[in-house]
Amino acid sequence: MKKFIIGLLVNNEAGVLTRISSMFARRGFNIDSLAVGETENPELSRITVTMTGEDYARDQMVKQLQKLYDVRELLEMDPEESVSRELAIIKVAANRESRQDVIDAAQIFRNKIIDYSPESVSIEVTGETGKIDAFVKLMEPYGILEICRTGLISMSRGTKTLKENL
Amino acid sequence: MKMTGAQIVVETLIEQGAEVVFGYPGGQVLNLYDELYKNADRIKHVITAHEQGASHAADGYARVTGKVGVCMATSGPGATNLVTGIANAYLDSVPMVAITGNVPNNLIGRDSFQEVDIVGITYSITKHNYIVKDVTKLADTIREAFKIAKSGRPGPVLIDIPKDVQVAETEYEKMPLVEKDAIVKADENLLAKAAELIAESERPFIYCGGGAVTSDAGKEIMELAKKIDAPVGFSMMGLTAVPSSFEYSLGMVGMHGHYASSMAMAESDLIIALGVRFSDRATGDKTKYAQNKKIIHIEVDASEINKNINANVGITGDVKDATERLVKLVESGKHTAWLEKLESYKKYAKENEVAPLGAIGPHQLIDEVCARCDADTPIATDVGQHQMWVAQRYDFKNPRTFASSGGLGTMGFGMGAAIGACVATGKRTVLFTGDGSFGMNLNEMATAVSQKLPLVVVVMNNGVLGMVRQWQTLFYGARYSETTLERKTQFSELAKAFGAEGYAVTNMDELKASLDKAFATDGPVLIDCAIDMDERVLPMIPAGRSVEDLIIK
Repeated sequence: MKKFIIGLLVNNEAGVLTRISSMFARRGFNIDSLAVGETENPELSRITVTMTGEDYARDQMVKQLQKLYDVRELLEMDPEESVSRELAIIKVAANRESRQDVIDAAQIFRNKIIDYSPESVSIEVTGETGKIDAFVKLMEPYGILEICRTGLISMSRGTKTLKENL
Repeated sequence: MKMTGAQIVVETLIEQGAEVVFGYPGGQVLNLYDELYKNADRIKHVITAHEQGASHAADGYARVTGKVGVCMATSGPGATNLVTGIANAYLDSVPMVAITGNVPNNLIGRDSFQEVDIVGITYSITKHNYIVKDVTKLADTIREAFKIAKSGRPGPVLIDIPKDVQVAETEYEKMPLVEKDAIVKADENLLAKAAELIAESERPFIYCGGGAVTSDAGKEIMELAKKIDAPVGFSMMGLTAVPSSFEYSLGMVGMHGHYASSMAMAESDLIIALGVRFSDRATGDKTKYAQNKKIIHIEVDASEINKNINANVGITGDVKDATERLVKLVESGKHTAWLEKLESYKKYAKENEVAPLGAIGPHQLIDEVCARCDADTPIATDVGQHQMWVAQRYDFKNPRTFASSGGLGTMGFGMGAAIGACVATGKRTVLFTGDGSFGMNLNEMATAVSQKLPLVVVVMNNGVLGMVRQWQTLFYGARYSETTLERKTQFSELAKAFGAEGYAVTNMDELKASLDKAFATDGPVLIDCAIDMDERVLPMIPAGRSVEDLIIK
């Protein structure tokens, strides 16, 4: 099993996300994350999909995505040749005894404290998936109250862009 | 020129070459039907008994002509009734544009009367679909739908049009017929690799699917077979790619394929697959399928390469173009020993042919019908034993003369498909059906009568759901759960009640006499043919197994 990251440019129209997710469901693809947002061109949205699977699943997913008419451009991101980030907000239980430990750990990981209450601390974590996973593990002993993750976004290094192939 | 949305739909359909619309009116398509009424001299409309019949008719029309079939229905139940027909066209890669009305934009999402999200429902059974919420985008959307439906691997496209968009006005400018996308050209280096594999092969086998028919590659495939001295087999969808009588043809492969054809596929050292998707019905056990052999796979849809069967050389491209170029690249070959072995398999199959159980044998019946048909007579079927018998036995001459539900296996497909084929060609059309399948959509007899279609409906009536019964006999201890119908329907009298001619026959002499009359009648005729309920479709390779488990008698 390998991890794959696929970058997509799609038409920014109602129902596009449904088309893509319904294709995944119908073909039985298990995706790990999906992140979507507008681009500098209001007609296009950018989607990053990550999945874990064998080469067969990756090959089929790429080909089936390319068949969708709203998929304008698609690239399998090479981890060596791209930069990837994910954002998470983690709400950790923190009382008078544990609070300083939690804050120290957050600072060592270069995270930001974005909310604070007598019983909890909310931390913004940005990084590659591995860094977020590691920080989540570190926080587990303190008691994780809630996690929100955006899913990975990814783009090529250097001047290369997805839209240049359009 | 300023026009309403409804006018634009009709004008754009005419502009894009639609000659006939199969459909059914209703509340949310009243405006469209008003325009069809006004333009009745420019575009024909065929009203079916049920929207499912309309979608199958558009499908049958497209199969026999290669053109885009058009069907139309109102919102809600009209739209959902099209769904089986759209799925059927999707699974068999048939070009179709389905147009549905919907409630006005301001009522969408409020569970209004006869409102369904037909776009949501058909995501996974269309190549693409649209809801057009802005009249200024209507004409271009219809044009794009036609382009998508007929380009590359064809398929159905649905356009949902809310009623207020049909009423709204905008400028319309006539445009030319949209062209298909340019054909996908196979990579020359890969074709050269394929030619190398062919040169090395001692037991090559050419396997043709629906893509061979779609791309009209019959001539090129016959040239290839002759040049490399290789036998040719077919999936059911590929059957009319070359004439059944072609000297290298072994007929259909797979679950109910010809013995020699399935054996040739299994014992070959190279399969040259042209426009196929390696359906489980054709391959059987996929783990054994490619053992001890190499695979060349030429197919227009890239996602089919390595989907079901891994190819040694996978080539994305138009089958006709690729085969034509492959013929130039390959050396002439001779495979005398291989072809002699296959001759011995043909002889073995002939010696082991099972005699009919009743007075009318399925194969004998098909031969009698075939003898009365022309090379270009469209042949439609429903789904079940009768379908497999026709696929095995009928002597197909011209391409696109066989309209049968392959991928979806839709019982009830036949009547609509035969109507579509008959309307498209204006020729006498034959429908082979069973009493089970016919029972599903026999209401379309009304359509055949109202349209005065020269349609010969041959019902192979065994009183049971024969294909399911065959499985129950073999694999379920002869426990015939709900497959013995115990109906008292007299199909010949029913045909008369519909206003058609009807005959019931129980032996070959009666059959011949009725067929003679049927083929001399202008309108629809039904012949109810009594078949023994224990007739089986043979050979049979049980689902998911290989030729090792083939049942021949």
